[in-house]
Amino acid sequence: MSGSDEKKRVVITGLGVIAPNANGVADFELALRKGRSGLKHQEKMVEAKFGCTVAGSPVGVDELCEETFREEELLAMNMNHRYAALAALEAWQDAGLARPDYDSDEVDWRSGAILGTGIGGMDTIAEKVVPLTNAGKIRRMGSVCVEQVMASGISARLSGLLALGNQVTTNSSACSTGTEALSMGLERIRAGLADRMLCGGAEAASHYIWSGFDAMRVLNRGSNDEPEKASRPMSASAGGFIPGAGAGVVLLESLESALERGARIHAELKGSAVNCGGQRMGGSMTAPNPTSVQRCIREALADAGIGPDQVDVINGHLTATGADPREVEAWAKALEREPGGLPPITATKSMIGHALGAAGGIESVASILMVEHGFVHPSINCEDVHPEIQPHAASIPHEAMERPDLECLVKAGFGFGDVNACLVFARYRE
Amino acid sequence: MEQSEVMERVVKILTPWVKDEAALSQVSMETNILEDLKVNSARLVDVVIAFEDDFDIEIADEDVDQVNTVGDAVNLICGKL
Repeated sequence: MSGSDEKKRVVITGLGVIAPNANGVADFELALRKGRSGLKHQEKMVEAKFGCTVAGSPVGVDELCEETFREEELLAMNMNHRYAALAALEAWQDAGLARPDYDSDEVDWRSGAILGTGIGGMDTIAEKVVPLTNAGKIRRMGSVCVEQVMASGISARLSGLLALGNQVTTNSSACSTGTEALSMGLERIRAGLADRMLCGGAEAASHYIWSGFDAMRVLNRGSNDEPEKASRPMSASAGGFIPGAGAGVVLLESLESALERGARIHAELKGSAVNCGGQRMGGSMTAPNPTSVQRCIREALADAGIGPDQVDVINGHLTATGADPREVEAWAKALEREPGGLPPITATKSMIGHALGAAGGIESVASILMVEHGFVHPSINCEDVHPEIQPHAASIPHEAMERPDLECLVKAGFGFGDVNACLVFARYRE
Repeated sequence: MEQSEVMERVVKILTPWVKDEAALSQVSMETNILEDLKVNSARLVDVVIAFEDDFDIEIADEDVDQVNTVGDAVNLICGKL
């Protein structure tokens, strides 16, 4: 392509993560390589009589926050805000950008944020808004409830922290939220409307968020005694997903801006697609239309200018529910691969559970690390591959694989509402 | 309770919300809570809840509207003890 048809190239210059198995990108990479599970027994789920009593909840976050934020800020930050702000600040500083002074009136008009959440400030709603309102104690809520429960609270937090002057918003599309956020940021930078966008997702660790899923019987109830083995994507013994939490944020930047700053480039976001299956053709509020999933993958590859034969690794949505076999089938069809020919397909959720609105953000950080450092993280807990996935069993890595030749990784996220998002990451080449 | 003790406790309660720490080190009865200490005006409702809890008193909304300085808060609280 040439001239006005040429798409502006967008690269990743910053990464930040708060995950159940690691806080911070360096330890997260180590955890991914080792196949370290972050899933643990949760006493609150036992007390509330959940069928599933395992979840992935980041550890040590309050201590990190106390080292990082002012007391005045902390008084207004619930768990969702804390995860989001820590991950975003890490991504910002990883990109070589300075944390602005609170006293400075300088606004960065060319930097923005699209940070999504699925269910957001449910902990605040459950622990403060509902009980205090029902008790007639409205005054006792104080000033912070609104900013904690408004969906855009997490992105609003970032604008104050980093003096962002471009678009600052929160998207929400269930479990494809974080993946969709990167796609939206890519489009904004391509359109020339911003130079840098912090994109990703955050989700609090709260049994109030998880209870509705337990009621739906979509959480795994069969591994309560073995938390680290409870998230089993692609396995015959997968009995539902394990809820997770945290935040994953990447700094997307126009290539021009990155080169001008002399920034370190982790990888390139070559293309993306988002769509919806219309809750037809087998799709519903809770199940994806397989045709739309394939279309989404193909459209993302077309947007990236990548052929289906050029995909080296798949980081799937793969939640450990009955949808896994259909997803693997969709990947094989979209990439036109016969059994035995599918590239390595891995599930970050096997280690961290399903972080809902944060899943796409955290798993994008994992994907970018794999592209940058040339490895494929293991998909743990599927020694017993699901019979319908058996034809593709050889493509599932049970141990970390070194892949120095890794050029292109595709990541997808699918969500309630029959919504899909797909991202194509590539090794950065001049 | 001595006025000086009330003052000390008021300043301690205000501290987390103060953005100008230099002003806090020179705090007096005349110090303006919003203008000098740079407390975000939206947070005054949180400060009032903390006063109520700490001194075990109730403060009406109309009383809050009269509080501008640290001294105004100290005098309001002393009048209720």
